[in-house]
Amino acid sequence: MHGRLARRLVGSTMTGLTYGAAALAILPLAVILAMLLVKGTGSIDWNFFTKAAVPFGEKGGGFSHAIVGTLIVVGLACAVGVPIGVATGIFLAEFGGGRLGFTVRFVADVLNGVPSIVIGIFAWTWLVKPMGHFSALAGGCALGMILVPILARTTEEMVRLVPNSLREAALALGYPRWRTSLVVVVRTAAAGIVTGCLVAVARVAGETAPLLFTALGNQYFSTRLAGPMAALPLQIYVYALGPYDEWHRQAWAGALVLIVLVLALSLFARAVIRAKRQHA
Amino acid sequence: MTDVAATALEPEAGPRLTAEERWRALRTVSRGDVIYRSVLTILALLLPLLLVLIAAELVVNAMPALSKFGLGFLTRSTWDPVQGEFGALPLIFGTLYSSLVALVIAVPLALACAVFLTEFAPRWLRTPVGTLIELLAAVPSVIYGLWGIFVLIPLLRDHLWPVARHVLRWIPVFGGVFYGPSVLAAGVILSIMILPYIAAVSREVLLAVPPSQREAGLALGGTRWETVWRVILPYGRAGIIGAVILGLGRALGETMAVTMVIGNRHEVSASLLQPGYTIAAAIANEFAEAVSDVHLSALFLAGAVLFLITIVVNALARVLVWRVARGSAVGSTAV
Repeated sequence: MHGRLARRLVGSTMTGLTYGAAALAILPLAVILAMLLVKGTGSIDWNFFTKAAVPFGEKGGGFSHAIVGTLIVVGLACAVGVPIGVATGIFLAEFGGGRLGFTVRFVADVLNGVPSIVIGIFAWTWLVKPMGHFSALAGGCALGMILVPILARTTEEMVRLVPNSLREAALALGYPRWRTSLVVVVRTAAAGIVTGCLVAVARVAGETAPLLFTALGNQYFSTRLAGPMAALPLQIYVYALGPYDEWHRQAWAGALVLIVLVLALSLFARAVIRAKRQHA
Repeated sequence: MTDVAATALEPEAGPRLTAEERWRALRTVSRGDVIYRSVLTILALLLPLLLVLIAAELVVNAMPALSKFGLGFLTRSTWDPVQGEFGALPLIFGTLYSSLVALVIAVPLALACAVFLTEFAPRWLRTPVGTLIELLAAVPSVIYGLWGIFVLIPLLRDHLWPVARHVLRWIPVFGGVFYGPSVLAAGVILSIMILPYIAAVSREVLLAVPPSQREAGLALGGTRWETVWRVILPYGRAGIIGAVILGLGRALGETMAVTMVIGNRHEVSASLLQPGYTIAAAIANEFAEAVSDVHLSALFLAGAVLFLITIVVNALARVLVWRVARGSAVGSTAV
């Protein structure tokens, strides 16, 4: 038999511990952001955004090739992944009640857990090997494959939030189901779907592993889709493992740019999604 | 009355509909519906197709190595690209070991965070703290790796280990000289990376516990902690186990951060302080520079093993989480 005092003591100790755990969990985020600011800001200057990498020893190299490369590769990923992901999400929300819907939902969640490096070697066998060379196109497709399952699930959630009364109103006015779905339901959910795209983009923009054997990386400024292309995460990876201090400094600066990009996207998306959920 | 119905069915206000035409228009299935539904279904079917294609491609490319090494591939430790001898035991061991270390660190913390966010935190604190924890999942892997190389490893090696070694060096898992890149460093980084997933999914699971359970626990005279420990956590047990397995799946497949800090050595060592290797890291390092077809095929076979493990782990997690929070997109929103 525990005494009342002892029980209350245990209770408040454990409550205190959960406070501690939450603080400890947030600590790495704070430390990482602080380190990025401390080590990264020093190397960010005009050259960083306007110049490509220079051979070691020369001054004034930058990350412009990697920044542009990331924008292009992620753009390609969106071109491939957004139509399929959004369509799958609408399918799951509108017709996903049956066995097929269950299967697709399950597969989407499983695909979401497939390691991105596996997607990378898959993209290599399907795109790089037949084409005979590494390319930004293959990198974009690899990222697109990662984007689809994420986007499908967020789109589904956003479309489900549309009140049934809107659907019923449109159907009662004589709209066929497809028009109801496209013109009323999807349009109502459009802001949420766009937000879902941002979440997915934030996720794939930081992916490195699928690009290793697809986009490969490039020390020069290139916008050729059929050739190797640099990307921010790839460039950070190469510079972080390199032997020179100057490279390390640039890696920190690149990481700062990447994380600002990613966190801005996800925070913005999160705020919109939260507002949507409370609205519904 | 008829007019209203006709204009509604035919918004372009065309010619008056005959009774038969109106019936046709009122049929539940219109041609547009069939097309719309088919297009969406076909696009949605691309996902299962992709999964099957990935599996098929891995198996086909892994075949040469599988037929050459057989199941011995899983139990042998030689990895010699020059001689063409490959065994993935160190890779599989390293993958499981680093993930286990990550779970040991992350699970208690993540569960405490989930309990904090659903039960104990003042309401105004829940959203901001929850968001901050979830943002940990948004930090790109390569940045964790960068941070691991330049901050975490020096911290562990130069500050924490010199103090802790007096107490810990008698424990076998802390044997040997500590140079920095190690299973320990990888495990710590992984624990930070999977914590937000476990915390977010557990939180959803705890939120799905009916309030009546909570009230019953308190009504029986339990303290809030006792209610959490004896009523709420057991109620959500299946979902929480699912959340942990989901985190395990993330840890097993994580590539970049691990590659950068684990040391990349093909050796089985029980010591946390020694370098190791994981399947994902080996693929990342060696795939582009594979020296022979057998080497490439061995990497595919290792990849197939990783794929199989993560598929099973994720499917299991999904089933467990869905049982609690039925069909919800828990976890996929925690990106």
